[in-house]
Amino acid sequence: MGSTNEARTHVSHLRARGRVARRRSVHIGSLIARLLAYGVLLGLSTFILLPIGWMLAAALKPDLTPVFTQPPEWWPTRYWYWENFVRVMSSDAIPLLRYILNTSLIAAGNIIGTLFSCSLAAFAFARLRFRRSNFLFNVLIITMLIPWQVLMVPQFLMFFKMGWYGTYLPLIVPAFTGNAFFIFLIRQYMRTIPKDLDDAARVDGCSYFQIFWWIILPLSTPALTVCAVFVFIGSWNDLLGPLIYLDTNSKFTIAIGLANLAQRAGNAQWNLLMAGNLISIIPPVVVYFLVQKKLIGGIASVGLKG
Amino acid sequence: MNVEGQRREGRRQLPGPAARHEERVAYLFLLPWLIGLLVFWIGPIVASVILSMTDWYIVSSPTWVGFSNYQEMLFEDRQFWQSIQVTLKYTLMSVPLYMAAGLGLSLLLNLKLKGMNVFRTILFVPAVLSGVAVAILWVSLLNPDVGAVNWVLRGAGVANPPRWLGSPTWAVPAMVIVGLWGVGGGAIIYLAGLQNIPPPLYEAALLDGAGPWQRFRYVTWPMLTPTMLFVLLTSLIGAFQVFDVAWVLGGSQGGIGGSLRFYLINLWNQGFRNGRMGYASALAWVLVIVAAAVILAIFRTSGRWVYYEYEPEKV
Repeated sequence: MGSTNEARTHVSHLRARGRVARRRSVHIGSLIARLLAYGVLLGLSTFILLPIGWMLAAALKPDLTPVFTQPPEWWPTRYWYWENFVRVMSSDAIPLLRYILNTSLIAAGNIIGTLFSCSLAAFAFARLRFRRSNFLFNVLIITMLIPWQVLMVPQFLMFFKMGWYGTYLPLIVPAFTGNAFFIFLIRQYMRTIPKDLDDAARVDGCSYFQIFWWIILPLSTPALTVCAVFVFIGSWNDLLGPLIYLDTNSKFTIAIGLANLAQRAGNAQWNLLMAGNLISIIPPVVVYFLVQKKLIGGIASVGLKG
Repeated sequence: MNVEGQRREGRRQLPGPAARHEERVAYLFLLPWLIGLLVFWIGPIVASVILSMTDWYIVSSPTWVGFSNYQEMLFEDRQFWQSIQVTLKYTLMSVPLYMAAGLGLSLLLNLKLKGMNVFRTILFVPAVLSGVAVAILWVSLLNPDVGAVNWVLRGAGVANPPRWLGSPTWAVPAMVIVGLWGVGGGAIIYLAGLQNIPPPLYEAALLDGAGPWQRFRYVTWPMLTPTMLFVLLTSLIGAFQVFDVAWVLGGSQGGIGGSLRFYLINLWNQGFRNGRMGYASALAWVLVIVAAAVILAIFRTSGRWVYYEYEPEKV
């Protein structure tokens, strides 16, 4: 690290000495480049934000007011019917509150199940020695590459025969048996914790489970947080799973509820649909804002250290 | 390292009581995952091979038909071939575009500018939204007559903008545009790759008098190729598995004239609408085989363009 800094100082020193004559143009060039970069970034941010602004403007319009105006209203100006958000939560046609509770239940079950099973397996892979550990780890990696959709039909038949069709069990129980991706992510993190801690605890008479519970698990909270966030966003946004296993409106999740509403939207109330859609994106966005830094770090560690 | 290896090797032949205890504990910790592996992976995979050789409507009992599901698919099923065509078209249009756009965006987001965190945050937001939410938003924006996209196009002088989802030709390009809105998700992965490039490489290049283009071409690009391989594989797998957005934009029937009948939409229809469990299993296996072949082919050729760190010929 020291030598890196030294080299950097050295380089800037060289530049300062050698390019005095050209410095001015470099400076102007970089100013133009900087302005250009800001321009492009602003343009791209507009491309992201305007559609969301349009959605908000549409959601705040009263009934029977055209949503599709020419020119489009990119942000709310005239109408501020915030009660649309309340209406969509409590209306009979779209029991959005019901959907939100259902989805939260499934998401909570998935988070608990995944953290439980994945941290246990990750601890074994990261810190325990046992025969066939390499073989089992390779199996884990292979299951990561098999698309879940291959298993869709046989799993459906299995759950159907078990009488679990139409319940949340097929959407929650598998989480309690782990997920290769999250086992891998937590294991990578647990491997960075010094092994001396375990040895010291062993000398003090801790069992392996006590080491796991009192030492490794608390130290792994960053990885566990990233997992919890991924699982939350994944199950909140999931459409295919609930579409296969749920059959009654009162049990639907927010993704199916809104997809159904959009599909019969020929004469739909666009304002309410957009209000519901906005409500549906609030939880993942809020969670993302809260843990943004950890999330990006987590993606980086999985994507590159693998 | 060597001593450690020898010790482990010795232990493997003669496990003492402590080692055996450790092993029992390890398997106990792995138990939930092992159960899941057996019940939710190995069982269904075996079942799925057998199922794909049967005719099984969910209400009746299965009958063995050998390879005739695969025969029907390849030689008679026009919807199958259409789903291949739609998926292929989408893959060819979207994957190169998203890879290039993600790379460009990440280079931009990697600049040291004030307020960059705000831009990063905004551009990544669409990546955490559900396919359903994004599709509901864009189905309105892409409305051919009164939608915002075509309003912008008309303003830009396009007299007859595309009919998007209402046109068999433009439905897939519309999907590509919707996906482009979420390209920030891919950029984040490139960004992580960019930040892992050791700064001394750039300093050495500067000392050698390399300009910005040369630094990109001879430092950034080679150092980023492992990330590109990762993004290429994940975006291909993602393109093969398009479902949510197509489901909302085109409905279960796959849009106008089947123009949005993606592979999984077709599979879902055969399995869960028509109730043909055996046939749907066969479809799933074809997807796996094609995906595996593509992944293998990419790995085989990746040696030619992917540079791994600390190889002498690279630096």
